Amino acid sequence: MNIPLRPIALALITLVFSFTFLQRAQAGGGHFFAPVTDTVVKAECGSCHLAYPPSMLPSRSWTLIMADLKKHFGDDASLDAATTERIARYLNDNAADTGGQRFGRKLLRGVSLENPTLRITELPKWVSEHRKISPGEWKRKDVVSKTNCVACHADAERGYFNE
Amino acid sequence: MKLTMTCLLTVLLLPFTASAAGRDDLLNTYAAAAKAASSAYSGFSPARGEKLHSTQFATGKAETPSCTTCHAANPRLGGRTPSGKVIEPLAVSVNQARYSDPLKVEKWFRRNCIEVLGRECTPLEKGDWLSTMISQ
Repeated sequence: MNIPLRPIALALITLVFSFTFLQRAQAGGGHFFAPVTDTVVKAECGSCHLAYPPSMLPSRSWTLIMADLKKHFGDDASLDAATTERIARYLNDNAADTGGQRFGRKLLRGVSLENPTLRITELPKWVSEHRKISPGEWKRKDVVSKTNCVACHADAERGYFNE
Repeated sequence: MKLTMTCLLTVLLLPFTASAAGRDDLLNTYAAAAKAASSAYSGFSPARGEKLHSTQFATGKAETPSCTTCHAANPRLGGRTPSGKVIEPLAVSVNQARYSDPLKVEKWFRRNCIEVLGRECTPLEKGDWLSTMISQ
């Protein structure tokens, strides 16, 4: 019997190739951070800015942020106690060093877990990923602030932070 | 057949009537509080509300001297938060979902009045402002 080896080998190579890249594409090529699914968290954290994926900061950062919502980076974002607690629990459960490790592990490089930054834009990985953005681009009218991810990352709401 | 159509129409319009009822409740609550605060109270004024909306108070946070710092001066248009996120229009005519949740309305009055005026708004101010946005 004559088995056609070439077509089979070609088919296998194609399959392996597409699986590898499809998975990477689906995962956002390492730029995917699971978006907030809790409706309360999404509504409360997402009314002034993007409801940042909890896997973008370590648990300690979220605890510190949620401990003083009255002075939330200069704004009053205070909420009733029950809502505050619900949001804090969700963020802590899905943080970069807890439930969200699969997405946020790389962001924690060079970050102290005891005394971490509270700003995603100060994470060493964030800084290096954005090093090529010129000052002019940051000043674009629709960008407004470095915290406005969606200005450049169109699919940020769904968790994709590709270029 | 006619009954079916009526039922269908009622169900379809329910979300709108529900939010309208929520807004009326809010206005009634503010009216009662305004009356209790001053015997001179004689109803809310959309014109006063419009003035409140555009006044440069500069008595709260330096970055937010007026409502129109973040919200558009024309309530039918959207605005932007300091972080750049788009804010949906305030006018009910273009944004039916507005002011249907009293707790949400109170939360934002509290935060925003403190940031812009440096104090909480009075029931009269809240009612005036709300009636402006409902009438727009």
